[in-house]
Amino acid sequence: MASVTMTVNGKSVSGEVEGRTLLSDFLRNDLHLTGTHVGCDTSQCGACVIHVNGAAVKACTMFAVEADGTDVATIEGQANADGSLNVIQQAFQDHHGLQCGFCTPGMVMSAAALLKENPTPTEREVREYLEGNICRCTGYHNIVKAIMAASGQDVSAIAAE
Amino acid sequence: MYAFDIERPSTIADAVKALKNEDAQALGGGQTLIPTLKQRLAMPSALISLTGIGEMKGVCLADDGAVCIGGATNHATVAKEAAAHYPGLAGLAANIGDPAVRNRGTIGGSLANNDPSACYPAAALGSGATIITNTREIAADDYFQGMFETALEDGEVITEVRFPVPEKAHYQKFVQPASRFALVGVFVAKYADGVRVAVTGASENGVFRWSEAEAALSADFSAAALDGLTVPADGMIADLHGSPDYRAHLIKVMTGRAVTAAA
Amino acid sequence: MPKDGGIGASTTRREDVRFLTGKGKYTADINVFGQAAAIFVRSTVANGVIKSIDTSAAESMPGVLAVFTGEDFVDVGGNPAGWLINSRDGEPMKEPKRPVLAHGKVRHVGDAYAAVIAETEQQARDAAEEIIADIEELPAVINMADALAGDNYVHDEIGTNQCFDWGWIEDNRAATDEAIKNAPHVTTLELVNNRLVPNAMEPRASIGTYDAAGDSYLLQTTSQNPHLTRLLISAFVLGIPENKLTVIAPDVGGGFGSKIYHYGEEALVLAASKKVGRPVKWVADRTESFLSDAHGRDHVTKIELACEKDGTFIAFRSETLANVGAYLSNFSTATPTFLHGTLMAGNYTVPNVYVNVKTVFTNTAPVDAYRGAGRPEATYSIERVIDMAARELGMDPVELRRKNFIKRDQFPFTSAAGLEYDSGDYDALMDKMEAIVDRKAFEERRKASEAKGKLRGLGINAYVEACGIAPSNLVGVLGSRVGLYDAATVRVNATGNLSVMVGAHSHGQGHETVFPQIVADMLGIDPASVDIVHGDTSKIPFGMGTYGSRSLAVCGSAMVRATEKIIAKAKKIAAHMLEASADDVDFAEGQFTVKGTDKSVSFGEVALKAYIPHNYPLEDIEPGLEETAFYDPANFTYPSGAYACEVEVDPETGKVTIERFTACDDFGNVMNPMIVSGQVHGGVVQGIGQALLENTTYDENGQLLSASYMDYVMPRADDLPFIAVSHDGGTPCTHNPLGAKGCGEGGAIGSPPTVVNAVIDALQSGGKNVTHIDMPLTPARVWAAMNNA
Repeated sequence: MASVTMTVNGKSVSGEVEGRTLLSDFLRNDLHLTGTHVGCDTSQCGACVIHVNGAAVKACTMFAVEADGTDVATIEGQANADGSLNVIQQAFQDHHGLQCGFCTPGMVMSAAALLKENPTPTEREVREYLEGNICRCTGYHNIVKAIMAASGQDVSAIAAE
Repeated sequence: MYAFDIERPSTIADAVKALKNEDAQALGGGQTLIPTLKQRLAMPSALISLTGIGEMKGVCLADDGAVCIGGATNHATVAKEAAAHYPGLAGLAANIGDPAVRNRGTIGGSLANNDPSACYPAAALGSGATIITNTREIAADDYFQGMFETALEDGEVITEVRFPVPEKAHYQKFVQPASRFALVGVFVAKYADGVRVAVTGASENGVFRWSEAEAALSADFSAAALDGLTVPADGMIADLHGSPDYRAHLIKVMTGRAVTAAA
Repeated sequence: MPKDGGIGASTTRREDVRFLTGKGKYTADINVFGQAAAIFVRSTVANGVIKSIDTSAAESMPGVLAVFTGEDFVDVGGNPAGWLINSRDGEPMKEPKRPVLAHGKVRHVGDAYAAVIAETEQQARDAAEEIIADIEELPAVINMADALAGDNYVHDEIGTNQCFDWGWIEDNRAATDEAIKNAPHVTTLELVNNRLVPNAMEPRASIGTYDAAGDSYLLQTTSQNPHLTRLLISAFVLGIPENKLTVIAPDVGGGFGSKIYHYGEEALVLAASKKVGRPVKWVADRTESFLSDAHGRDHVTKIELACEKDGTFIAFRSETLANVGAYLSNFSTATPTFLHGTLMAGNYTVPNVYVNVKTVFTNTAPVDAYRGAGRPEATYSIERVIDMAARELGMDPVELRRKNFIKRDQFPFTSAAGLEYDSGDYDALMDKMEAIVDRKAFEERRKASEAKGKLRGLGINAYVEACGIAPSNLVGVLGSRVGLYDAATVRVNATGNLSVMVGAHSHGQGHETVFPQIVADMLGIDPASVDIVHGDTSKIPFGMGTYGSRSLAVCGSAMVRATEKIIAKAKKIAAHMLEASADDVDFAEGQFTVKGTDKSVSFGEVALKAYIPHNYPLEDIEPGLEETAFYDPANFTYPSGAYACEVEVDPETGKVTIERFTACDDFGNVMNPMIVSGQVHGGVVQGIGQALLENTTYDENGQLLSASYMDYVMPRADDLPFIAVSHDGGTPCTHNPLGAKGCGEGGAIGSPPTVVNAVIDALQSGGKNVTHIDMPLTPARVWAAMNNA
């Protein structure tokens, strides 16, 4: 077992983990932050995307030990300080960018990373950035629309309802 | 996963020492290794993480103009920091996997694994790069030795990869639509002394140079120079996503597109 | 205009807040105090005799609490098929037992033959590796035609690999044969409807908890229909009395069919919990999901269309081999028959239809309903052969369809495949689609593509489907062993807010938002004062769950009926309060008013009176305000649509890109347009996935080659364009109170032939004489077809 300490959503946390403990397992089982989901075992689906030191990573493909000393952000820390939805979350709700909700945390975290790098992405750039996030419900239409809306772009002309 | 320890050395020397233990294995970004461990297909006693070694990270320019990339540098960093020096290489790095994978996966990890469908081997072989380890320098032409096979000895660590910068270069990747690895990827680089063409994703022997195309393109760096050339389907990979014939065909198409894009 | 937040409003979803903040509670997120972990040991061979299983080493491993094998379940029941289908000769279908754990034989890769319960998942995995199973591998039965021809049986005891040989409508067979024989033109097409893996993003998971004090059980599980799961476990599998078993499906991360069914893992965690005296939790990994979730589609079909020289349809005739896999999953026998054969007249006045379906056991994962379930197979067959016929006859594909459409004034229309379509306007849908697509400008778009070196094609399609499953009397005649009504209880609390308990389960459909819109609209109250309770058998009267686009049409109708009862009773209470006759009381906008006066009481005042019945006519009216309704539909609902797709094909690589996609649907009255559009987007993209990307491939030994996202091609954001969707102005369903038709599956039904028709059109435009390519139209397949043309 190894001791790890990291900052998660602004709070310092510590735990004892095995070498093989994935960061996603540490978040879910030790910290009870179950918003980070696990949808595959091959690092493809992206339901577990979080930020480590500001960069989007797949929490299921990183060991908890490797996150020792880092600053971790998960879906649970995304809302505004007053508990209201942040701009991206609100855009997902406004534009029906989620259905079953399982891929949603990863989508929101990927969107946040995208908009940090590229504040006004084109449709193509959004779609390409979501290459590592699989959604089975929405056909991505409203996810892409929501992310573009969150970036401040006018999405009213996007394909008929 | 089976149980193992993880060590996080901060120097190359400590990493090399730790890797001397029996069944110790190097851990780069883990984007291939961790899924493998989940399937219990590997049973290391310890993983020696290389991503905490500062001297193995970053992109710089050598005195001779070559782009030097630390073995533990992730793809996103290469995409960003090599862009001004070697856009063909940066463009390749920018399309490996997806954004989250690019923030973790490393060049050293990719080259050490030598997946037959990975992108980086095409860049290294296509650039005539030098693979620098803790003990020696290996020319790319000597380094790749078949699918998942390299010249690396047990415990040897890729500390840096040095890419001579060509006049022009481009990588064309026809993606395998599920894994997003290359179904066929072709890296074309035009140097003063000739053109190199490296192909990944296609061959059962891993990345290889298409020497006929190199000769033709060295004489005339245009897609038209490939007219009349064919790639034999023998030895090409057959899987759900493409037959050997299809892959052989794609090599020529992707080579032509790489040349056009580079020119 | 719809009332704010009422029926017809695009109200944003209240459930989104918890999902967007990471507060959803999916089964895998639930940890029960004292829980142990279950791991299943699955066959690595497709067909084999279990000679022996030695569990002794595993049992002595650290942390191990119990090890189960098929031997432990020989005395309990099996997981049944929900529909009894008879063969053409009247013989009932072959129905081999489907045990909790494989016993005697393993029948597909992934067939679980043992389970380990341990303190931790890792300990269970470690122990699972120590189970020594002597399994004698036998040749695998994979190809359906070979399965029918050979004598290597998936189930030895039934002596055949054919489950049944079904004809629909058998009495029409001779007339159809005769019509085709005499027809001036017959177009024949052999096609494959590719096997798909549903791939809900949440893998299956179950937690079983046995309470010795009450001898009762709790199952928390990833289910689309917890009541059906309870019924199956109680009545068929474990025999736990229904009153001793609670099944809860909490937040569920998508289903698409795969979570309709009861699976052996659910029974195992319950039995294991009783044995070890601890809650037992199992969470599938994605590889297990690929190997053990019920798959979809997998038909091989020969379809013929006979028509006059002018294109008037005379007959459809089809012969299909449908794979059911190694065991009969719960709906597996209904999907290729009554959900497929009955739709084989499509949107057309064609007078003759005959469908033959032979279902085949193979050493592959069970195949069952996946979004659309039978109807995509029907639509694909019909709409592909029509497109081919149009080309052969030199007719415009839109005009050929219009020529044969059932016209608006012909409804209700009984199709040659036996269904009575209640309403529709197929020409209007086609008009709308053509207007959005702007066909006149297509040639310019084609030229622009050609200038880039690409071939451009336009594919169009019409569909009608039968959903809102289902009228119990009808399906009972057709072999269903269950009723397919649904139920709702509307509970008005004393303070005037409402809890509505519904049998439908929401796992993405937005019931928590839409159902309150309806109730609030009916009661003239704020939707925020209405909450939906679903997914818990201990709280809900009954329910048949969510599938077959039935939640709104069936459960929503039950909810309407229960709300009507509430209004009727509240009116009586209001009449008493207003000292008037109930007949003289009007109810509107949340107010009960005596006709012709200004005397009124609000809904909230009536609710309070019902629970504080002072000065209350107790001899005439019971206190309280809670009503339950069961609703059994009179018919299916019949959504229809006209779709168009434009593709570009790269002639050098064979890669197809979707450039434009238009979906015009008739879902009758629409409750929440935003959510309905979302359903269409998702369905269309699953259909595009089937058409271009997704394939499930077993090799000849029965190994699943596409068993992870490294090889199974899921549609990604960058594979797709925005989808143009339109569903306003639909023709209302004539037999349910909301006038609503199911909207969950149309997208997946209408889109595959649209895409394939477009690709064929593109290739033809490039001078390639390619008339058909089997799905998925991967670059390699398209390239090969072009080169062989």
